Amino acid sequence: MAESILEVRDLRMHFPIGGGFFSKSHDVVKAVDNVSFDVKRGETFGIVGESGSGKTTLGRCIMRVLDPSAGSIRLYREGRAPDEITTADRRLLTEIWRDMRMVFQDPQSSLNPRLRVLELVGQCLRKSEGLSGQALSDRVGDLLEQVGLQREFLMRYPNAFSGGQRQRLGIARALATKPQLVIADEAVSALDVSIQAQTLNLMQDLQEAFDLTYIFIAHDLAVVEHICERIAVMYLGQIVELADRDTLFRDPKHPYTRALLSAVPIPDPRARKKAGKRKSLSDGAVAKTGCKFASRCPHATDLCRAETPPKRRLTGADVLCHYAGEV
Amino acid sequence: MSAIDHSPAAIADAPAAPILLGPWALMWRKFKRHRIAYASLWLVGFIYVLALFGNFFAPQAHDETNRRGIFVPPQAIQFIHRAEDGSARLQLHVDALRMKVDQATMRRSYEAREGEIIPLGFFVKGHPYQLLGFIKADRHFFGPKNPDDVAYFLGSDRLGRDILSRIIIGTQISMSIGLVGVAVSLVIGVSLGGISGYYGGWIDNVIQRVIEFLRSIPTIPLWMGLAAAIPLGWPPLRTYFIVTLIVSMIGWTSLAREVRGKFLSLRNEDFITAARLDGLSDWEVIRKHMVPSFSSHIIASLTLAVPLMILAETSLSFLGIGLQPPIVSWGTLLKEAQNVRTIIEAPWLLIAPGTMIVIAVLALNFLGDGLRDAADPHAQ
Repeated sequence: MAESILEVRDLRMHFPIGGGFFSKSHDVVKAVDNVSFDVKRGETFGIVGESGSGKTTLGRCIMRVLDPSAGSIRLYREGRAPDEITTADRRLLTEIWRDMRMVFQDPQSSLNPRLRVLELVGQCLRKSEGLSGQALSDRVGDLLEQVGLQREFLMRYPNAFSGGQRQRLGIARALATKPQLVIADEAVSALDVSIQAQTLNLMQDLQEAFDLTYIFIAHDLAVVEHICERIAVMYLGQIVELADRDTLFRDPKHPYTRALLSAVPIPDPRARKKAGKRKSLSDGAVAKTGCKFASRCPHATDLCRAETPPKRRLTGADVLCHYAGEV
Repeated sequence: MSAIDHSPAAIADAPAAPILLGPWALMWRKFKRHRIAYASLWLVGFIYVLALFGNFFAPQAHDETNRRGIFVPPQAIQFIHRAEDGSARLQLHVDALRMKVDQATMRRSYEAREGEIIPLGFFVKGHPYQLLGFIKADRHFFGPKNPDDVAYFLGSDRLGRDILSRIIIGTQISMSIGLVGVAVSLVIGVSLGGISGYYGGWIDNVIQRVIEFLRSIPTIPLWMGLAAAIPLGWPPLRTYFIVTLIVSMIGWTSLAREVRGKFLSLRNEDFITAARLDGLSDWEVIRKHMVPSFSSHIIASLTLAVPLMILAETSLSFLGIGLQPPIVSWGTLLKEAQNVRTIIEAPWLLIAPGTMIVIAVLALNFLGDGLRDAADPHAQ
């Protein structure tokens, strides 16, 4: 098996609720709760989950945009000693941010409307390689061509571009510093379906060209199935199932994963009838003890409600369920 | 790689000219569509030109008294002059006046002297002055052709001084106090608001409470208290600066709040995060990404703050605790019209400066409104 590029161990990100000038906060939201996983060099690692499951928070913790409450994140860069991201100082972080880049969800808000493309894509090069003037515009022009845009767009403002083109700009910016790891946070969710496919194909082409590793955060299973090799399913801050794509889609072991997969709309109405009626997931309060999914799980037992399930290793998958593979 | 981007249709869809329009150009375009604001921009510009070249535009020396011209009502400019022989010719002029004193009521009245006129012209020779403070000149934009004549277009006051000239000279103080006051507010407001919004935590708390405290004090008593502390013996220039500071005491608070709000909302914007991830330092992020994205709002709210400053100066001077004569400002001019008798006898003392203040304040307000609408990307 290939070497790891990123190792996340027992990562927690807890946000205090309430509290103010005179009062202490009384509760926490566990946005990321005890998450561990490895990302192998060269693969595309998918993180899926419904909104509020903590996938974006997880991505931001890895980038150290947020300071995680506990746990460790190690980045293994080629030919260098591993770096611990959670304790890195600003200087090391600035350097890490060159090898680990991020593509944002919303191309509208992640491009400053007041800067030209040259500056938007080139400001990281200006900082990291000290490029300026003609050298900078040459490099940015090359990048634009690599993501399928025209060199002439250099002096335009973001408002002159369509959504798909803007996301290409976002990708160009992420690739400018020749990174090893790119975290794509819902990189295609804001685009319409035809543009999504184009963008995904572009990202796959670039992965080959630049030897990239992707962490692909998404809520759309079809997108994840298309691009990812291994997939982590998140639910309320925990990874409930981690498996390779084929195993996950052929044989989902966690009840939540199964519910997610059955919720994917089927375009063919005849096939839809065969799939039969699905039992809808009831939405309930999250219990303090036991399995977090218990209140919505159709198979929950007293054991589920009483005890937190351990991580169980089954063939090709890590599952967080007492009855994984049985129900 | 992508069929869409390279298709001829896509290129045809994007004509060459508008592509390069930046946010400022778009804002200007939107602003120009706001007719009243655009007209106000010209008006405000004109008022500031008037202030800058005050001596050139003022027909008389603003402090020249005239015993034979006390409380002269505004004189109408006439175009056609009929000579005694009945022939008429085009000649800008005002009637020459003779003062009559009614011995019973001790009231003055003026009547035109038969056959005598004061011819008027453009670029006439008049009292000597220094243009912009250092260029010696004696030409005036408009006035009596004979430097010894006097014409009161907006009337005269109790010492026979020309109200029009005094209003024009007063523009310098009144309009600049707004600018200087706003500049002081800008510096205090942006730095305190920026600190408050960027660092948050207890610093934010302290600054916000101080602002709330300052805003809860009634303004007029506060100003009066501060103004009363100005020693009477101080030179006019120093008084002027102190009054400016007093006026901007309150002005910075709303600006600081606005800046803080902008910082708070921008701090969580994706493009700010992206800029940090690009390796920019905090200061670079603020300078290159944050300030440009709210500078248009700042300009708009500053423009809206200028008229408030002007009004504040006017009320202080009117109450007699701001600027003192011999400094000429719109406020000190209004002070001349404080008693009812003066208003009945010489209403122009109230009407002329009052109208000027209303025009300036309205124009600045419209200008600020237009700028704010143009700066707001969500406004239609």
